[in-house]
Order: sequence, then C-alpha cells, then structure tokens
Amino acid sequence: MASRPPPGSATVKLPDKVDIAIVGGGIMGLSTAYHLARHSKLKVVVIERSYLVSGASGRNGGGLRMQWGDPGNVALMMESIDLCRTLAQELGINLWFRQGGYLFLARSPVGEARLQRNAALHRQVGAPTRLLSAREARDIVPELDTSDVLAATYNPDDGVVFPWPFVWGYAARAQQLGVPVRTHTEVERLLPKGDGFELVLSDGHRLVAPRVVNATGAWSNLLNRQLGFTTPNEPHRHEILSSEPLKPFLDPLVVDLSSGLYFSQSTRGELVTGVSLPPASGYDDTSLSLHSSLRFLGHVSRCLCKVLPVARHMKILRQWAGPYDLTPDGDAIVGPSPGHPGLIQLCGFTGHGFMMAPAVGRMLAKWLADQTPHPMLERWDPSRFARGLSQRYEDMSIG
Amino acid sequence: MKRPPRVFVCRCEDVTKSEVEHALALGLQRIEEIKRYTGLGTGPCQGRECMAPLVQILLEAGQLKPERAQPFTPRPPLEPVSFGTLASTPDPADPGHPGERDG
Repeated sequence: MASRPPPGSATVKLPDKVDIAIVGGGIMGLSTAYHLARHSKLKVVVIERSYLVSGASGRNGGGLRMQWGDPGNVALMMESIDLCRTLAQELGINLWFRQGGYLFLARSPVGEARLQRNAALHRQVGAPTRLLSAREARDIVPELDTSDVLAATYNPDDGVVFPWPFVWGYAARAQQLGVPVRTHTEVERLLPKGDGFELVLSDGHRLVAPRVVNATGAWSNLLNRQLGFTTPNEPHRHEILSSEPLKPFLDPLVVDLSSGLYFSQSTRGELVTGVSLPPASGYDDTSLSLHSSLRFLGHVSRCLCKVLPVARHMKILRQWAGPYDLTPDGDAIVGPSPGHPGLIQLCGFTGHGFMMAPAVGRMLAKWLADQTPHPMLERWDPSRFARGLSQRYEDMSIG
Repeated sequence: MKRPPRVFVCRCEDVTKSEVEHALALGLQRIEEIKRYTGLGTGPCQGRECMAPLVQILLEAGQLKPERAQPFTPRPPLEPVSFGTLASTPDPADPGHPGERDG
C-alpha cells in the first residue's frame, strides 16, 4: 500500500501564535486550510474537537449538483464540480468521484414549473441540464415508476463522491503543506485579546490568533455564545441509510421532488438514500442529537418503494443521522461576525455544505489572504439579518 | 522476493492488518476514526467480525487500555431488513397509527 501523509491527530504540535485559527475540522475548515496553505503565506492551524469526519462532513450523502434554482448557486456548484475533476490527483487520494448525473422528478404542476424554470436558467448560466419527459427519465433509469411523473430534468455533470476520503484527503494535504490539523481537542474558551483572540484548548494549550474561522457548522453557536452573540442558524437532524452493496445498476442520483426523497448508488455499490420526515407533533427536534429513528426507516422505505419498486427486495445495511445547519433564508453565513470582525463565520450551509466546500474553501481563502471579493460572499454576509437584507433566493433545497 | 502473508482484519471490505497498522502509524487512535479511515466494519457484517481483531491490534500497540475499549456506535437495523418489509410499517406520527416515539 502506498504510504499516505498523516491526516491530523491528537498529538500534532501546535504553535503559540498563528495568523488564522480554524475551529472545526470538517470539509469547510479543511478546504479553506488547504487553499490558504496553497495560495498564501499565512500561518494556519485547524482545531477539531473530535475525530475528522465525526460531524456532518462524514454523515452526508456525498451528492454534488449544479441543479439549483438560483443562478449564484448554479455557478458556484459548476465551479465546485470543476474543481473535483482534478482534486483526486491534487490530494493524492481516491475520492470515488463519479459523474452519473442528477435526475429530478416532478409529480405536481408546481414541481414541473420549477424544473422548466431551472432548465432555462441553467442554459443561461451554462450548465448542461436537459428537460425530459417521464419516458425519457425511464430511458436513463428503467427501474423507475414514472406513472404520475409530469417532467424531469437531468444534468450529466452532477455526481456523487464518498465523503470520508474527501475529508481525509484535504486534511493530509493541508498538513503536508504546513497546516497542523489537531484532532480530539476542544476550544474550551475563546477570549478577545488585543486585536484578536486567545483560544484556550482542552489540553491546556493557549493559542493566540488575530483571526478565527468558525467552521463548526451546526455546532457554530456553541462557539459564538462564548463571545456573547449568536447567528440565526439552527441544527436540524436528518437521517440517511445505505443498503447492502449491489451490482452497479443506477447511474444518476435521483430526486423525487414531491417527497424530497433522494437516492444514488455509491461507487462501493450501496444504495444511499435519505428523506426529510414530514413535520409531526412530538417529533420536532432542533437538538444536536444524532440518534436513528424507526420512523425514518418506515418513511424512507415507503417513498423509495413507490418510485423504485424493485427496491422492495433490497436490504438495508445501516442508518445514521447528521445535522443540517439551517438558516432562516437558506443561504450560508460566511464572513466577519457582527461586533467581532476577527471571528469569521463559515457556516449555515443548510445541508449542502459538502458539495460547495471545494469552491467555498478557495473563495474564502482568497478573501482571507488578500480580500479578493466574491458576489456570494456579499450575499452571505452574517450581518444581513440585522440589516434587514435577508432574502430567500433558493427553492431547491432537498433531503 | 517473498512477501509476508496478507492478514485480513475485515473480510467484508478487504481491510488488512497492515492497513490498520498504517492508520495507527499516522496517528489515528480511536476505533471510530480507524473505521472511517480504512472502511473497516462498514460491510454486510457491520463490524461483528472485525471489531475483536481491531481491538486486539490496538491493545497490542498500546493505543487502548482494555477497560476503555468500546465497540463502534451500533447502527440499526440489527440485521439487514428489506425496504419492502419496512415500507409496510405504519408511521408512528400518523394519527391513525399512534405508535411509540422511537429512538
């Protein structure tokens, strides 16, 4: 086996002073660290309180799509998918990246109109999305029951990855480029100090940094509260499962807009599928609990067997949960915090951070290094809520 | 050149003893992170077979104290169940089927 560089550990040595301390060793923090190491001379560390891939970066479905309802998100994801084409070579790790496309199915006139709008919008932005009939959708996935499907869209460049090696790969390369990635270490206290901060770590180490990036996703307000403020993002538990490995039969990731169900076949052969549970009294959960529920198993199975009847005979191997990091307007929260400009938020990605991380890490690293602007950074400004500029651009969040 | 025999720790996902030792050499220490670095325990047996040899390797390497050894977080279902079987279960949140709160 080829020797791989270390991806970070509990014993990595930390300096006493850095230019940027990134809190959170998920895909967002690590992608940012990797790009900072590549494109700047800034001294950077990453601090992760548990093991890498312990949070949402290790718990998501691994889908990457350009098919969004907002041109900013379409362009961002075109950039992200483009970066993924060469990322395996750059990181020196197999990411199991497979461009089998995304196939969206609409069963209602509202959904149909949304897909028609998307196809026209994507053509303008330059994404190769095609509007299909139900029959054409069945040509791509013959096992689908499309009896009440009104329209479908297909983008052959969308794809899936295996999230775990993606995270390990960024971490190992960032470390190789000089960024210590310290795991199993909590930031016990974040204290304003001079123009920056002092971080008191659970191993007793004290670290001084003029700028801190909060890349802790659904956990981000635990850190913000230490400075006496919160951002309006909230955790939301989502469940997902994978089946026993099967012979390859399913090319695209399929989304059923009417139920919010998505399913794909990973390169490992497993069917990976998830769906939001319909709201029900007694089932609201905005805690950070990551328990699995039987209600999810029943609901996802009913949704899946309806659209993919052959799944009846497939067996479920394991289910798990992960937190979406939801914002009131569905847009991420990225940039200087209100009242604490040295604390840079990098959170609120509403279930789609993993796929956006390759492009976002690069964008934020450029901004951190030399203030390179980006239209999405303006839109994601954490102070938009207080300034009354919050606006919903996106209506294609699923799962 | 004679190579040493390959020893498989996880037969579902073809993870060898030397891959686990490599993960340890990189500084990974915990059962959950070794699982996610090597893929060990994510196949059809869900770790039932490979958990004991993994713990043995960790103990021998001095990375784990016997009293601190814990299995991976168990993932439902306990054994593989078909989507068809689960699709026939009622929704506990449906007023027509007031099932128990699960989890």
